[in-house]
This record gives sequence, structure tokens and C-alpha cells, in this order.
Amino acid sequence: MAETAHMQVSDEVAISIQNMNKWYGTFHVLRDIDLTVNRGERIVICGPSGSGKSTLIRCINALEEHQKGSIEVDGTLLSSDLKNIDKIRSEVGMCFQHFNLFPHLTILENCTLAPIWVRKTPKKEAEETAMHFLEKVKIPEQAGKYPGQLSGGQQQRVAIARSLCMKPRIMLFDEPTSALDPEMIKEVLDTMISLAEEGMTMLCVTHEMGFARQVANRVIFMDAGQIVEQNEPEEFFNNPKSDRTQLFLSQILGH
Amino acid sequence: MSDSQTNSVAFVRTEDVPPAPPPYNSSGPIKWARENLFATPANGVLTLVALYAIYVVLSGTLPWILNGLWTTDSLAECREILNGKAGACFSVLTERLNQLLFGFKYPPELYWRPALAFALLFVAGAPVLFFDLPRKLLIFTAIYPFIAFYLIWGGTLAAPVIALVGCVGGALVYQRFVKNSFAAGFFGGIAAAVVIWAIGGMLIPEGASETAMLTAVPSRDLGGFMLNMMLGVTCVSLSVPLGIALALGRQSDMPLIKVICVLFIEFIRGVPLITLLFVASVMLSYFFPPESTVDLFLRVVIMITIFSAAYIAEVIRGGLAALPKGQYEAANSLGLDYPQAMRLIILPQALKISIPGIVNVAVGLFKDTTLVSVISMFDLVGMIRGPILASTDWNGVYWELYGFAAFLFFVVCYGISQYSQWLERRLATDHR
Amino acid sequence: MTTLTDPPRESFRLGMLINDSRYRSLTFQGIALLALIVAFAYLGNNLMSNLRAAGLNISFDFLGSSAGYDINQRLIEYDSQSSNSRAAIVGILNTLLVAVLACITATIFGVLAGVLRLSNNWLVSKLMAFYVEIFRNIPVLIWIIIIHTIVTAVMPGPKTYLGAEPKTDLFLGLFAFTNRGIYVPAPVWGPGSMVVVATFIASVIGVFAYRRYATKLLYRTGKMLPTGWPSIALLIVPSVIIFYIMGQPIGLDAPDPLANRFNLRGGIQIGAPLIALWLALSVYTGAFIAENVRAGIQAVSKGQTEAASALGLRPGRVMNLVVLPQALRVIIPPLISQYLNITKNSSLAIVVGYADITATLGGITLNQTGRAIECVLLLMLFYLCISLAISAVMNVYNSSIKLKER
Repeated sequence: MAETAHMQVSDEVAISIQNMNKWYGTFHVLRDIDLTVNRGERIVICGPSGSGKSTLIRCINALEEHQKGSIEVDGTLLSSDLKNIDKIRSEVGMCFQHFNLFPHLTILENCTLAPIWVRKTPKKEAEETAMHFLEKVKIPEQAGKYPGQLSGGQQQRVAIARSLCMKPRIMLFDEPTSALDPEMIKEVLDTMISLAEEGMTMLCVTHEMGFARQVANRVIFMDAGQIVEQNEPEEFFNNPKSDRTQLFLSQILGH
Repeated sequence: MSDSQTNSVAFVRTEDVPPAPPPYNSSGPIKWARENLFATPANGVLTLVALYAIYVVLSGTLPWILNGLWTTDSLAECREILNGKAGACFSVLTERLNQLLFGFKYPPELYWRPALAFALLFVAGAPVLFFDLPRKLLIFTAIYPFIAFYLIWGGTLAAPVIALVGCVGGALVYQRFVKNSFAAGFFGGIAAAVVIWAIGGMLIPEGASETAMLTAVPSRDLGGFMLNMMLGVTCVSLSVPLGIALALGRQSDMPLIKVICVLFIEFIRGVPLITLLFVASVMLSYFFPPESTVDLFLRVVIMITIFSAAYIAEVIRGGLAALPKGQYEAANSLGLDYPQAMRLIILPQALKISIPGIVNVAVGLFKDTTLVSVISMFDLVGMIRGPILASTDWNGVYWELYGFAAFLFFVVCYGISQYSQWLERRLATDHR
Repeated sequence: MTTLTDPPRESFRLGMLINDSRYRSLTFQGIALLALIVAFAYLGNNLMSNLRAAGLNISFDFLGSSAGYDINQRLIEYDSQSSNSRAAIVGILNTLLVAVLACITATIFGVLAGVLRLSNNWLVSKLMAFYVEIFRNIPVLIWIIIIHTIVTAVMPGPKTYLGAEPKTDLFLGLFAFTNRGIYVPAPVWGPGSMVVVATFIASVIGVFAYRRYATKLLYRTGKMLPTGWPSIALLIVPSVIIFYIMGQPIGLDAPDPLANRFNLRGGIQIGAPLIALWLALSVYTGAFIAENVRAGIQAVSKGQTEAASALGLRPGRVMNLVVLPQALRVIIPPLISQYLNITKNSSLAIVVGYADITATLGGITLNQTGRAIECVLLLMLFYLCISLAISAVMNVYNSSIKLKER
């Protein structure tokens, strides 16, 4: 398993965040974030609630705006220029905690919507790509159903397939398994692991530490808007250096 | 894949970054204005158009209001004094305020009575609307209708007292027997109340009304805003129990009851209130026993109550549907029968959920009480269109009077809807 | 090893009527039916004796007799010799006219106000909130009276437009706003005008066909054709061209200020009562529709917009493809209820002197013939039919767009 962790990490920089600060009004929610993600790296971000980890990854695809510092994704600087935002969003895919599938469209239509209207792919081609990715997440037979008819785990896998249909180079996961029943967590994590094995660059906010150990190159611990500690998974879990990391780990690994 | 890369990954923060204030142009009034008013060119144009519209409206109405006269005797005098300038003639309000509030036939020396009843309304309504107040206050709420009736209509004290005693007797009998069976309690209570009323009615001496402490005022002398408020409060309060019964009937398993309730509700909701008021004014008296005369006020109360009950039934139906099915199942599995399950478990929760909807219906109903002016009752609107605008002194004073009426209704309705929003927020947090 | 046997069949006991669940509901329904019959009998008896005492009976013959009053605003031929039933039909048409007009304009006001209420322009959003609160918290009767007063007391009389040197000129040379109503030019259909109308209808169909073709093309090849400007051009250009080719066959009969000393002649007069009622119902119901629209759009969870944005869709597409389809499901049922409310509120026409069904059948006819019960019953029957029709439409809509769930 440690093999997977070191495989396929190149030197090319996928995401470069420098001195990034964000305020909500006067509340300083992200402070002096410096982070460089290489292509092929898998990073797990953990931390207590309110630490800003979701805010951080939402800044990367411009769902949130940052006031200071710079974020560069795939060589494109994230600014208020709409063209840059569009470019970044088509290279970065995101999965949400509450799936956010479009309930009025079938599974297949959910997956083909963006390729047709953003990448202007012909419908037939988009549908073939969609079926390919639905097979990859192991639910091709659900293509004609509506999201309301699927279980939570199936919906999240569809959400992953939907993002993959845009052929992103980076995937962001915002607590993808937190809203799932325990018996469905494994199927989603398995999907994410197979994505990782294919070399996808991933940033994952999650509490699933088993997943982190298995797949991550780096685990980052955030607290109060700052990156407090980051390290390889083995070192991070066995030898946490900061007090706050130790406290957090004892709380979530305890049960 | 080299070792040097893995070593460069490790990082431990040694010093915290203290929170800092945001950069200047990220907050503050200029940034606020830029973001909220002029974010895009289209927005900027909208802002300018809106500002211009506000300016036009204010420049027309503010001078009119500020130049208003409050102490003249007639419209002609107002116009003389203003001499061509724009100005309101608010003196119509100063002179006719009492008529607008109480109607033009209610004896002026008795105004303190409805005013007192109005003040007590807040005391009576407070424990119902605000759950945190002590529940003992509900006793006052229960006897308030009788107090209010006595204050407004006057007449012999015996009538409201006997009515109250009848209700208390009925309630006691109900309490005693409801544990045996709901039917025994309910019908027993009604029987007891009727018996007490019958006996009491025979005990009232003839001519008691003339020598009463509070002079009797007949219903046709009621008017003004007081009439709207009385209709609103009475009809909403009476229609809630009726609405509950209709809602329960509508979702009952017994086909006949369900059909009757559905037909009734759909019929009432399908016709405008004005047709029901026509029924009250011209048709309803045909259905009462011959030789009996029924107050117009009572007939109108009956029809408006029926109207309101149908809408409240729909709101409560929504509340009942919003309850998780598990509640019904839990009540049944505990061995409670239908009346007990409804009374103790289902209805308290369903009513709590339905309160915002019921308050909405109440606001709508209060606004609809103005329709009685069409059947020649002199409520606030009827007063304005009838006696006041027809009088020679004030013929032509439209804006001041209608503005005042609009203002009164706005204050009451807006207040109620703010309460409703506060309540919804409260209930939402309760239900987490 | 026990064998199961059927429970012994008990013989029927009277107590089972209440206690046995098989008979209990029948008992209650029997009691209810009995109570209902008794109540109806009692009321019917009272009715009959009261009618006898007053020398009346229930009969609908009065519908055939002559009405004896004039109606100003009407859509069909009618005079004071026409029958009461014809007067009722005039009333029905007037009710439907004001209801349909008010539904259209109320929807326009409501959608505009609702969408603007959600705009991120603080000033506009607050203004719309102000509009909504002012109109929702004041009774519709007061609004109808106020707007009627504005129309009749503030607008000038027709006299100011008359003569060779009028005090007020016709607006755009075509419209006159007076306290009797708005005079608008009437279209005059010359020869060849049908061709222009047909072209216009064909253009409307053409616009829909073009949009469908554009979507199909996108699905097939991925090329996106512009749909905004071409639609507008397609709507207007062919009709205008044909209009001029045919020699401008459709003329306007404008109100003529010189024809008469007392009034404007020519054109169509939209009476002040209709204008007042139409405007009042539109802005009043528009406020409620605005709240429905706002609630509908806000009901779509923020996550939907975020997911769509994260996939790279622009805000316009997000609104069209993701938010609006979901929002409409929440908006349309209450919208249809508001249409029902407009129809019911139009019964207040009697207050402004507009001859709708309540004013003719339930007003003048009722007072003149004294047939209170029959008139009120017919009146309620009419409104019931409309309500049932609108509810049926709503049910059909609801079941056709239901989101499929497990």
C-alpha cells in the first residue's frame, strides 16, 4: 500500500497556493495558506470543524473568493476574470458532501449536461463517455433512473462519475462520505481509491483515516484557518509533532 | 520519487498566525456600495432608476403630508387655508376618529368599554401566542370572551355569567367522563352545558336588560374598525375547532365522513367570500325557524367562521401530513384509542406545525372582513364610503381617509405577519 | 405441535356495534348520515315555511324575463330588453375578461418583483420587499377603491382632449387617458390584413421551431447556434415586410377629438371600472406571486447552483438548466391558487361599478326580481365551476411533473 502512495507523483505543479488569506466580513477564516500540489499527488486534509478545510478547497475552484495571496491551478491564475474561472472549473472536478445531483434529470442526463453545454460535445459522444464512467463507478444499470430512486452511496458514485465526465485533471472531494450510512462508505471509498490508482491528482477533505493511510501521499492538518502540520501518512499518524494534531488524532482515532 | 521529496513534505507550524483585519477595499462602505449597488453596469442603471423613482414618489407625497392641517372643520376650510398649495386635510381624522374606530352609532360616552375590551385582548392573547408565559394565564384567556361580550354589548350581567357557568359545567363533566370514553365526555359535556343554559335562561327576570349596569348596545350599532377587529377575532377563534374537526374528518377512513368533509371544504374554498356574505344577508334568515329574527352580526359571524374553517382545515391537513407516520404508530401501539391518540399525541404536534399557516389565514381573514361594507355594514371601509364621504363637510377627502384605513390595516397585518415569522424561526430551532 | 384452528365465530351482540372494529365505522357513519338527514330536514322545513309566509317559491323562471337595465362595458350584444340570463352571460364574460387580463399582468409583475427581490442590488431588493409588504398587508377592497379613485379623480375628463386646441394632446397621438377610461385606437382590418396576421402566427411557430432545431443541432454536433437575437428578428421582420408589401392593410381608428363636443369618438374605450379593477387585482396579486417566485427560487438548495458552477456552467445556463426547472415545480401550484384568488376577488367589481357576474346576477337582477336564493345559488355555482376547472388543471400539472422517488 505504501507503494501506491509513492507512485506516479510527478514534478509538475498542479496547484500552487501562496500566502492565501480569506476573510468572511471581518472574520479571518484562512490565514497565510501556502500549499503546493504536484500532479498525481493525493492529499488528505483533516481538522476540527470550523478549521477552514472546506473553505480552502472551495477557493481552489472559485466557489469562494480569496482576498489576499494567489492561487494558481494548472498554470492559470485564479482572478476575477471569468475566462480564467471557466478554464479552471473545466479542469477541476468537485464532489460534495450532499452529492448535489440534479433531481429533475436522469442519471445519464446528470452526467451529460456539462459536456454538452460547456464543452459542446455532441450528445452521442457525451452519452458514451457517461456510460464509460458509470461503468467505472460500477452502476451502469442505473443510467435511466432519477437520483431520488438511488441510495446515498449510489448517488455519491454518480456524483463522482458526473465530475469525471468533464475529464478533469484534478479532483476535489469535500467530505464525500460524511452524509452516508456506514455500509455505503466502503463503496465510495473504493471508487476513490481506484481513481487514485490511475494517477488522478486529488485533494480530499475527509475524516476517513483508513483511506488516508492507504492512498494519501500527504496528510495535512488544519486548525483555526492555518495549516498546522503536514507529513506523510505513516509519520503523521504514528508521530504527530504538534500538540493540536495529537489532540485531534486522539479524538477521531479513539473510537 | 526520491527521498528528498518525501522529506520536504513534512511541516510543523511553530507559531500561530494571529487574526488580522481584512484589507481596506474588502470591506467598508465604498466596497459595500460597489458590490451591492453598482456590481455590473446593468445593476448601476437599476440603482439609478430606483433612486429616481423614490425621489419622484417622495417629492410628491412628503410636502403633502408635511403641509397637512389637523384642526380645520371642513374640506372647504382646508382648501382656503392652503390656498393652492399641496397639503393634506388630516382634520377629518381628528374630527371623525371615534366614528372611524367605533362606528357612528355607538354611544360616545360608552367608548371606554370596547377600548377596555381591546386592551384586554392583548392580555388574553398573550399566553396563546407566546409559549413561554405561565400557563395559568390561559384561565383569563378562557373567560375573556365572556368579559369582552359583556363590555361591548352590555345588557344584563346574567347572560354572560350563565353562559360562562354553562361552559364551566360542561368542561367539568367532560373532564370527569372523558377517561371512560371520549363520546361520553364530549356529549356529556355538551348536554350539561345546554341544561345549565336552559335553566339559567329561565331564571333571567324579564326586563333585566333595561336596568342593567352596562347599557345594552344592539349589534347594528357596532361599526368602524372595532367591527373589523371583532369579526376577525371571533371568527378566527371559532373556526379553529371547526377546522380541526373538518381536517380530521377529511383524512378519516370512513368514506361517508370523508366525502362530506371534502365536499364541504371544496365548496367553501371554491366560492368567493362575498357570495357567502350575500347568503348571510339575504338567504340565511330563511333557514331559521319562522318568527325568529337573527342578528345580522351573528349571521355574518356564522358565514365568515364557516369560510375560515375550510381554509384552516386545509392548513391543519398539511400539518397532519407533515407529522411522521411513526407518531400514529407509536400512539396506537401504546393502546391509545382514536380520540386519545388525537387529543394527546397527534393534534398538539400538528397544531404546533400549522400555526404559521393558521396565522396566515387569520391575516387574510382580517383583511376580508372589509367585505362586510358591501352588504351595508358600517365597518371601517363602510364608514368611509358611507357617512363620512357623504357628509357635506368632508365630501372629496379621499386620500387622507383611505390612507388612514390602509395605515391601520397595515400596522395590524404587518405586526401579525412579523409575529408569524418570529414564530416560524422559533419553531424551526425547536424542531432541530 | 399444535394445530391452528379458526377463532370461534361469535354471535352478534349489540355492543359490537361500537366496540368491534368491523362494525364501528359503519355505526358512526350511520349516525352521521342520520344526523345529516335530520339537519337537512329541519333546515328545509324552515325554508319552506318561511318562503310560504313570504309568498315566494323557488323558481328559475325569472331568467327568461327581461332584465330592464343597461350594461355599459360588455363584450357581446345586450340591451335593456335582453333577458336576465343574457345579462348573466354578459356578467360571466366580463368576469372572465378581467380575470384573464389580471392573471397575465399579475404574473408579469409578480415574476419581475420576485426575481428583482433576489437581485444582489441592495436598493432594488429592498424596494421590491417594500412593494410586497405594502400590498400584502392592506385589504384588496381598499386597494381597489384607492386605484379606482386615482383613475376617476386624478385623470382628466374627456373634455380636455376635445376641440381643435385641446388642453391635453392625445398621448402619442393615439391614446387618451381620462376618468371615464382609456381610449385606445381600434384596429381596422382592410383587405389583405389576414395575410399579415397569418404571417405573424407563422413567425411565432417559426421561433419555436428554430429553438428546437438549435437544441437538436447542439446535441448532434456540439455546435451552438445563437437563439436570442434571431428569435426576436424572426418574430418581427417577416410580419413587417409582409405588412408593407400588402400596402399597410391594417389601419388604426384613433380616438377623434374633433368628432363630438362632449366625448371622444372612435377607437375602443376601455372603461375606468375595468382599468381600476384590472390594475388593482394585478398589483395586489402580483405581490403574492412575487413571494411565491422568491420562495420557489430559494427552495432550490444552494448546493445545486454550486454543483452546476463547479461543472463549469455559466450563471445563465445554471438558471435555465438546473435552477428554473426545479423552482417552477415549487412556484406553479401556488401560482395557480393565486389565479383562483384573482377570479374570486374579481367579485368585488360591484364596488367600482364594473358589471361582472356578481354585479349583474347577484346585484341588480337579485334586487329587481327579489329571487335571492336562486340568484345566490347560481352565482356560487359559477364560481365553483371555475374553481374546479382550475384545480383540475393544477392536479394534472402536479402529477405530470412529479419528481420520481423511491
